[in-house]
Amino acid sequence: MSVLATLALDIGWGSTLAIKTILVLAIIPFGALVLGYTFLLKMMSHMQSRLGPMDPGGFHGWFQLVGDGLKFMQKEDIMPAEADRRVFAMAPAVIVMSTFLIFLVIPAGPRTVVEDLDVGVFYALAVSSLSVIGVLMAGWASSNKFALLGALRAAGQLIAYELPLLLAVVGVVIQAGTMSLQGIVTAQQDGSIFGITAIGNPFIFTQFIGFALFLVAAQAELTQPPFDMPVAESELISGYMVEYSGFRFLFFFIGEFGTAFAFAALAATLFLGGWAIPGVHGATAELLGPFVLFVKLMAVAFLMFWVRFTYPRLREDQLQSLAWKVLIPIGLINIVATGILKVAVG
Amino acid sequence: MTTTQPPSQLPGFEVEAGSLGSLADARLAVELDTGDMILNMGPQHPATHGTLRLVVRLDGERVIAADPVIGYMHRGYEKLTEFRTYPQITTLINRIDWLSSFANEVPFIHAAEQLMGIEAPPRAQHIRTLLTELSRIATIYLFLGEMGLQVGALTPAFWGFRDREHVLNLIEGATGGRFHPNFNRIGGVKDDLPWGWIVECRAAMKRILDGCDDFEDVLVGNEIFQARTRGVGIIPAELGAAYGVSGANLRASGVDWDLRRDGKPYLSYNELDFKVWTHQDGDSFARYWVRLQETRESVRMVLQLLDGLASGPVMAKVPRIIKVPAGEVWVETENPLGQMGYYVVSKGAIGPFRVKIRSASFSNVSILPWLLRGLYVPDVVTVLGSLYFILGDIDR
Repeated sequence: MSVLATLALDIGWGSTLAIKTILVLAIIPFGALVLGYTFLLKMMSHMQSRLGPMDPGGFHGWFQLVGDGLKFMQKEDIMPAEADRRVFAMAPAVIVMSTFLIFLVIPAGPRTVVEDLDVGVFYALAVSSLSVIGVLMAGWASSNKFALLGALRAAGQLIAYELPLLLAVVGVVIQAGTMSLQGIVTAQQDGSIFGITAIGNPFIFTQFIGFALFLVAAQAELTQPPFDMPVAESELISGYMVEYSGFRFLFFFIGEFGTAFAFAALAATLFLGGWAIPGVHGATAELLGPFVLFVKLMAVAFLMFWVRFTYPRLREDQLQSLAWKVLIPIGLINIVATGILKVAVG
Repeated sequence: MTTTQPPSQLPGFEVEAGSLGSLADARLAVELDTGDMILNMGPQHPATHGTLRLVVRLDGERVIAADPVIGYMHRGYEKLTEFRTYPQITTLINRIDWLSSFANEVPFIHAAEQLMGIEAPPRAQHIRTLLTELSRIATIYLFLGEMGLQVGALTPAFWGFRDREHVLNLIEGATGGRFHPNFNRIGGVKDDLPWGWIVECRAAMKRILDGCDDFEDVLVGNEIFQARTRGVGIIPAELGAAYGVSGANLRASGVDWDLRRDGKPYLSYNELDFKVWTHQDGDSFARYWVRLQETRESVRMVLQLLDGLASGPVMAKVPRIIKVPAGEVWVETENPLGQMGYYVVSKGAIGPFRVKIRSASFSNVSILPWLLRGLYVPDVVTVLGSLYFILGDIDR
């Protein structure tokens, strides 16, 4: 958005805001499509000895998801008779909004960022948990018992996993000395491992525990298997989404995969160095940044979806005890260790 | 649980007369009456394999009472058999447990043969045993994958469907029907095995064994799967037997009972060397594990049969128009889902006078109200999956 930033001098504040908004709004369905196609349609199919869709669009069925989206738009918008109509209608928008807000702080280049907040990490994790409100709204307004059970599960789960997610990131923040995502990327780009600067200092080497914690907690935040109790196909028949159809259901889908995209980008930024290639600065970095981030993000997303398609689902009580008895203590120990090393090594 | 005691009787709590403040406290201290929620699982629910309906009374996510409602798929086969001739009936009973149709035919044909005093030639018996074991593999293999789906793992389900297809191809190659072979005749089987079938069969059995190893890796060895299934839905052996639970469900509770070995000899099982697997735990995991071992054991049996396949005709001499002499007979066999039996009463006509069908799933499901009490909703699905019933087998 650096080009836009220069343009902004001419076109004014309001128009810049509009352009930024539109761009971020475009990223969400784009991310959802890319992840949905690559992993949901193709990788999962190959793991399950299937081809996945092969015909639409000519090359390996790349058009399938777009077609699905178009189909959803034509579908009738069904609303249960007993539903709380306004809340029911708003819930998908709330979920997509939380995704939208995360993308605002994720940098894709030295200047390609909508807003480089000083509290970037904190902000990203805070807004990501807004989605739980949308989930609760959907579950409550559907006036369906399965949806209600799913929504309550989701609420319990998302709140329990917000903490390990935060604790996992604190190590990175201590090491980088800043909460700004841009600052964290630069710290990794300009860092060194025992004096070797060739690959910078991606925090995954020092914060591998944090990385693992982050992935596990992110998986729970995204309600993906093994933590997909809120949507549990075989028990709750998609949980809080059960009454949704057509365009509103499409919103849930976009929200789910858009958020996965955002979390993968966040993990890539925090632990893999984000858009940065060590030693590459200035205009080249600006140009390469988005692509580098995309490659790293896809690597993280691969891990997340690999687990998603392999593992069975935990039970709700097992999930809670995993969060409170295992992940949070490990996270705290990790923070203490990082703090001590930071002071000792410098 | 709800408390309906008046505040003054709550333990450690005394209400002073006239003290409004403590009265208000007392009201708060009474546990909130949360009420139960009745959740209607089914008849259209992915975990109920068709149209089983479970009326579950929940406190939070804990099941207080569960009540299976059956009959949504009742097709009246017992009555229909009274209006069919003996050869026509195999078409009907194919559709009782539609996943292992061939195994359904066997006990009925046996009953008719016993009444008529006909013995099928050895090769026919071998082919019947082969196809029965193949349909057992096809049925249980699907369970092995589907159990993954019940606990939330998507991938094993597709593997189950993938490898079962090899077995279904074999059944189709031999009988012409993928699901409903209708291949048994009174006095033998319709045809001999096609050319090259035995080679194909050996190759497919190898695939099945490999697939069993995959399931062992992906599910049995998985911590989450174990956490979800171990200790969930334990059937005590005596209680299971009292409810009429049979097959792998009972063997998983440690009851060493298999009609292929312990029952009245039928087909060519007494020529085969096989082990009856049992497990001591009786939980969902045990049921999965026992079925996994049984699939391997079935593969062993198929390979033994292929090695020692008898030669000769596949059909005994039977009259053109089959009339069964008056009499009655009870034949039961070990089917993939458990014990299946037919009580056939003949009055000497071309069709039976009365047929009573004992299907395994009906009895297996009858233990559900006892079994589901006190479990969580996700465990309900695990237990339903691990009991492995087919709706056609419940409702007939």
